[in-house]
Amino acid sequence: MRALPVAARLYVGLVALGAATAILLGVFLGPITEVDLGTLLLLAILFVIAESIATMVDSGKTGISPASAASLAAVVLVGPVGAAIVGIASGLVIRRQNLVKRLFNGAQFVIAGYASGTVFQLLGGRMGVPEPEMFPWILLPFTGAVLTFSLCNTLLMAGLMWSLGELRLKRPRHMRWRPLATLELSSIGYAMLGLFIAAIWGAVGPFAVLLVLLPLFIARWAFDQYVFQQRAHEATLATLCQAVETKDYYTRGHCMRVAKAAAMIAEELGMSAERVQTMRYAGMLHDIGKLGVPTKILQKAGKLTEEEYAAIQLHPMRGYEIVREIDFLDEALAGILHHHERIDGGGYPKGLAGEDIPEAARLVSVADVFDCLTSTRSYRKAWSTEAAIAELRRCAGTQFDPRMVEALVRAVEREGWEVPDLVEPVEDACEPCTAQPVGASEAAPETVPTGAAQTAADGDTQTDTNLTVGVVEETTG
Amino acid sequence: MMNSAPTVASHIPQRARHGRQWRAVGWTRPLLIGAALVSTAVSLLWTAVSGFEQPRVALAFGVLVALGEFARITLPGGREAAPIATASAMSYAFLFTIIGDPVSLPSPQVVAVVAVGMGLGELPHILVGRHPQWGDLARRFLNIAVTTLLFRPLIGHIDLDGPLWWLSLLLMAAIVVVVWLADSVAAAAIRADRMRTRFGVTLRDEMRAQVAIGMAVGASAILMALSVHVMGLTTLLVFTAPLLVTQVAFRRFAQIRRTYLQTVRALSRVTEVGGYVEAGHSRRVSRLAQGIGRELGMSESTLLELEYAALMHDIGQLSLRDPIPSGATVLASPREQRSIAELGAAIIRETGVLDGVAELVRRQCEPYLGDGEAGPPPLGSRIIKVANAFDDLVGGSTDQERVDAVLQRLRMDTGHEYDPVVVEALATVLQRPDFDWRSG
Repeated sequence: MRALPVAARLYVGLVALGAATAILLGVFLGPITEVDLGTLLLLAILFVIAESIATMVDSGKTGISPASAASLAAVVLVGPVGAAIVGIASGLVIRRQNLVKRLFNGAQFVIAGYASGTVFQLLGGRMGVPEPEMFPWILLPFTGAVLTFSLCNTLLMAGLMWSLGELRLKRPRHMRWRPLATLELSSIGYAMLGLFIAAIWGAVGPFAVLLVLLPLFIARWAFDQYVFQQRAHEATLATLCQAVETKDYYTRGHCMRVAKAAAMIAEELGMSAERVQTMRYAGMLHDIGKLGVPTKILQKAGKLTEEEYAAIQLHPMRGYEIVREIDFLDEALAGILHHHERIDGGGYPKGLAGEDIPEAARLVSVADVFDCLTSTRSYRKAWSTEAAIAELRRCAGTQFDPRMVEALVRAVEREGWEVPDLVEPVEDACEPCTAQPVGASEAAPETVPTGAAQTAADGDTQTDTNLTVGVVEETTG
Repeated sequence: MMNSAPTVASHIPQRARHGRQWRAVGWTRPLLIGAALVSTAVSLLWTAVSGFEQPRVALAFGVLVALGEFARITLPGGREAAPIATASAMSYAFLFTIIGDPVSLPSPQVVAVVAVGMGLGELPHILVGRHPQWGDLARRFLNIAVTTLLFRPLIGHIDLDGPLWWLSLLLMAAIVVVVWLADSVAAAAIRADRMRTRFGVTLRDEMRAQVAIGMAVGASAILMALSVHVMGLTTLLVFTAPLLVTQVAFRRFAQIRRTYLQTVRALSRVTEVGGYVEAGHSRRVSRLAQGIGRELGMSESTLLELEYAALMHDIGQLSLRDPIPSGATVLASPREQRSIAELGAAIIRETGVLDGVAELVRRQCEPYLGDGEAGPPPLGSRIIKVANAFDDLVGGSTDQERVDAVLQRLRMDTGHEYDPVVVEALATVLQRPDFDWRSG
């Protein structure tokens, strides 16, 4: 366990102090005697159970919990002080968590519970099981309470992040609003259910919580399955891409690095999260059709004949044929098919020019060549990032879309670029799958002659040699 | 462009196959659809004759059922479900009071309202040509009919304000469970007919597939009936919210499962494009393996694993420097076969999530009794071995004599190489008129 910064400790202390003050204030000033102790106890137990199950079902990534429903039910049933006391129970939740975190969580629920309880009563809500005639007007004070609850939690959490130094003020364009909004909305949704737990509490008591939360737990379970499958899918995709590269020692990791560069450009251009993901896929799969090109052509050291060059030019089409049935690739398909087009129209397979080239393809093309230049090939050392950028800029407007080149330059300047190390293949830290290409030569020495791939120039740059005319000759010659 | 010719050619047999499939369906599905139609007609007629009670309530529930049916989802395994429609229809059947006022609700009216609601919800889908799975639709409807018939006669005994309130709650829960069980049986019977597999296996599959969403629907149905009892009709909408979340979660789950399969199917073709194996080999092996697996009574989850393994069984060839002639692994030396299997398994294991699949791929070329201390390979591996050999030897040929000759050759090797049970299962599967492993 790493030590918390002093600022964070101080902050947690302050929040805990605030929580304690709220409870003391409530107990001494408020009408604590009216609170039904049995209900309070049951609510606290249910709160702990709900939160514990939630942590067990969910790996704790989402940060929202159905326990807020129990908390809001407490606001209605046992008032602000009751809600605050129920909030303390969150410290008892069964999960692996250190004391400081427990303290902070508990204090957070206490303060949020107390504040929202107060708002509920200020807006005219009455403590106790809501009577039928109170509907639907009770929705007004309750909505106020829910908003307060949500606001308190967000503010306290933001404060913690800030004191931990994890929250940087970003330019609004780079802020990911959509996930944040989804999170807020779903937590408000959970909290709204609190009212209805409270309402049927009169009829079925604690079963109310079970009935309300059961579908939610199942939903979470399903979401968890979904997230797991999604990760599995990502990992499988990445592994299969890398498997295609295993033959050639020098292009190992190329697909994952291009995927990373493509995502960086896409983010820099302010694309939505989904499109960034699509661009990543395009980068990852752009060379999958290379497999259809005979190895001896790809690895040929000398100048390519007309026919061999034609064979290489087929690879975007082959790649497209392989992956076109995958629905989610969407725009990425165009990126794969056209990633060797040039802005001046001199590329292949279609010879498109300028804006006719799909955006995804213009993007992947820059990412592809950038990684080619900055990684070592059998016949030359890797270029420095600066040299590669200078080269990309030189070819902007003829081969590349200048907008993409500049986006890449900005992204690399901000985030840096890890140049792959040949001795120990670099794994991209951003990838969910840290899979390494399979060591074919170790596994089956009799079928795969070790180092065969290293003897010849690699096909990847071979193709680019023809595109970035003069550049490669300069370095090799 | 280069694929257009085979696509056109494969179009015709595919349509013919559909026709045959229709005939292959057993009696369960028509029976259920017939029962649904009859009960709809009877309930509508009865309601028309004897009049309508509390139309406002009926309208509220009817609209909810229609909306839920409109937003139906497809769960993994091609199962259609409409959680919101089912839950609201069930809660209509469970309705006992509205804020204390007793509800007089004849059973046929419940059934009629639900039938109309479901029909209206399906109508837009049908109009744009997205037909529902009629068997599933009939099941959804009959679930409600059964719930109504079980619960409405007991309505006089429901009392949530007395000391025995928990008994009423228990009754509702029990009915939910009974209906869920009956539904699983019906679904399993339909599936067993359609998939040509054993009823016991499909029953377990169905129960596993439906238990989570069934619990969510059941809990929500009871909850909605209770909330109307306490707070009136306005709260109905609120309690569909948790179900909506559940539905979204399941929908995404089903989607990613489909995507995953698509990706593996597509990427399994890299070996074909690379010239390592014949075009379509992976998919043919996968289709054969699944047919055999179903015949041998494999469960849905094992079948999925088998499908992945069959699709990727040759992926190890990617690590070979040069493709083996014509890509037929059955003709390669045992040593070579072994190393392809090992390499393939190593690649698949890299994903970190497909260990079971990797194991099937790793042991795909072992003789059926095993050749080491590890014992016989898993059934999936033995199936892939037979399916792969069969496809390699038959090639793309449509000649029946060749198929028979290949089967004969496999049978001759059952002493050591091929599992005789698997080979016989293959022979059975191949005899079916509706089994086409070559196209699609």
